[in-house]
Amino acid sequence: MDLLDPFFLEALVNGILLGGVFALPALGLNLVFGVVDVVWLCYAELVMVGMYAVWFLYTQAGWPLWLAFAACLPLVSLLGLLLHLLVVKPLLNQPPINQVLATGGVLFVLQGAATLAFRTDFRSLGVDMPPMEVGEVFVSGTKLAAFCAALLGAGVLWAFLKFTYVGVAIRAIARDREVMPLMGVDPQRIYLIASAVGGALAGLAACLLVVQLDVHPFVGLSFGPITFMICVMGGLGNMLGGFLAAFLMGLIISIGGFWGNTEYSYVIAFLFFILTIFARPRGLFAR
Amino acid sequence: MSAALQHAPGPSLELTNIQAGYGDFQALFGVSLRVEPGEAVGVVGPNGAGKTTLLRVISGLLRPRAGTLRFGGQDLAQLPAHALPALGIAHVPENRRLFPHLTVEENLKVGAFSKAARAHFEQRRDHVYALFPRMQQRRHQLAGTMSGGEQQMCAIGRALMSGPKILLLDEPSAGLAPLVVQQVFALVKRIREEGLTVLIVEQNVAQVLRVVDRAYVLETGRVAAEGRAADLAADSAIRRSYLGGH
Repeated sequence: MDLLDPFFLEALVNGILLGGVFALPALGLNLVFGVVDVVWLCYAELVMVGMYAVWFLYTQAGWPLWLAFAACLPLVSLLGLLLHLLVVKPLLNQPPINQVLATGGVLFVLQGAATLAFRTDFRSLGVDMPPMEVGEVFVSGTKLAAFCAALLGAGVLWAFLKFTYVGVAIRAIARDREVMPLMGVDPQRIYLIASAVGGALAGLAACLLVVQLDVHPFVGLSFGPITFMICVMGGLGNMLGGFLAAFLMGLIISIGGFWGNTEYSYVIAFLFFILTIFARPRGLFAR
Repeated sequence: MSAALQHAPGPSLELTNIQAGYGDFQALFGVSLRVEPGEAVGVVGPNGAGKTTLLRVISGLLRPRAGTLRFGGQDLAQLPAHALPALGIAHVPENRRLFPHLTVEENLKVGAFSKAARAHFEQRRDHVYALFPRMQQRRHQLAGTMSGGEQQMCAIGRALMSGPKILLLDEPSAGLAPLVVQQVFALVKRIREEGLTVLIVEQNVAQVLRVVDRAYVLETGRVAAEGRAADLAADSAIRRSYLGGH
């Protein structure tokens, strides 16, 4: 095999671009899990709602695309807040299975609501950027732009967690929540902030996905399960692990598709995931 | 400018007839205790006497079932635990409870979380580094990779970041080598010489009686004795029970 084969290089580039888009929901899910200790099973459906919001505002309400994007972030962020306040918070002291069942219930409610509101039609934004040619490799302009936006989002999140008081408290609370009040930190407030940031990340992911995928009520299935696998592979709650695992998964899917076909590439990805959790049950990057 | 901060004398801490416990288990049976501004007070006693419970009640982690808890004019039992650091109460918990995956400086930053403390972050951080030069050398090191003594200093530094009027120390010598224990007590002495009020809970009775003004002896959730540190150290019954004397 020739590693400089332009088709292989294209698969490599596409894998990295795909990983960038997977990284955002993986970061959001990990953030919420690390802080609140609850898995938002309906995370991909929050993204789906954001995709519908952009589609509706742009194609139906006639907003400019950038404004629809700008509205999507606070909207899904608010959805994350409401999810915490109405569903997660009342169950915080309940067994984890109840929290999983409740957020799983929200998944079906959102799918059902989207079906009622928009039917099961595939909705397309109908925007595309021209492909770019680097050497002999063609790169989709849309995917490249989405990738850059995802990296930017991840960079802003990193700076927030690294340099702000709330960000450092978020990283601290993930390790030791009982001691936080002694630092003057109200854990309930940190939970709210993490839920809002987790929602905003889902909103950003929605903006980047809606330009690449048609939106329909079950679109969450096309990236939700992968997102969960990425989080488990990177170690649940481990932000850096999830970020790296997203690129690993993107590469596996893309290169698998280069050798076989797209359906098989997901089979390979799932196989790799299963082998990973056998070999390193606490995640690839667990210390 | 000198790195030392002046500690204005704060209000007095006053516990009256405190009852507290966990579920069916009662740990404190009517404990009364008073710490005057600028004073260093020790609480000593065997394992399971209720010393840690006492500090948890003061810092709001555990609600008393009965009794009053006042800091100056404030009724502490009415406030959530996370509001107390802003009032000037800082608690260095048992086993230090540092954030091992954060750097030394990030640990200090968490300690300065309250709104009022953020404005003084750099000034207090420099003060902590002046008190513990080792912390300055290790400011970018992960707290969990330091020795026990260094971690204890970091935990005390983190508590100082909130600008406390009273510092609550829970077993600062636990798990440390004898030489390090000496260093920790020397630091406690320095901190109180700056005018900070200190309430310290210890099993290491001989050491703690050398740095405090007064002490309470806690036994099975009751105050068994109280008095000036020098008098307690000379008391034959206490020498027999806690100091290995005869």
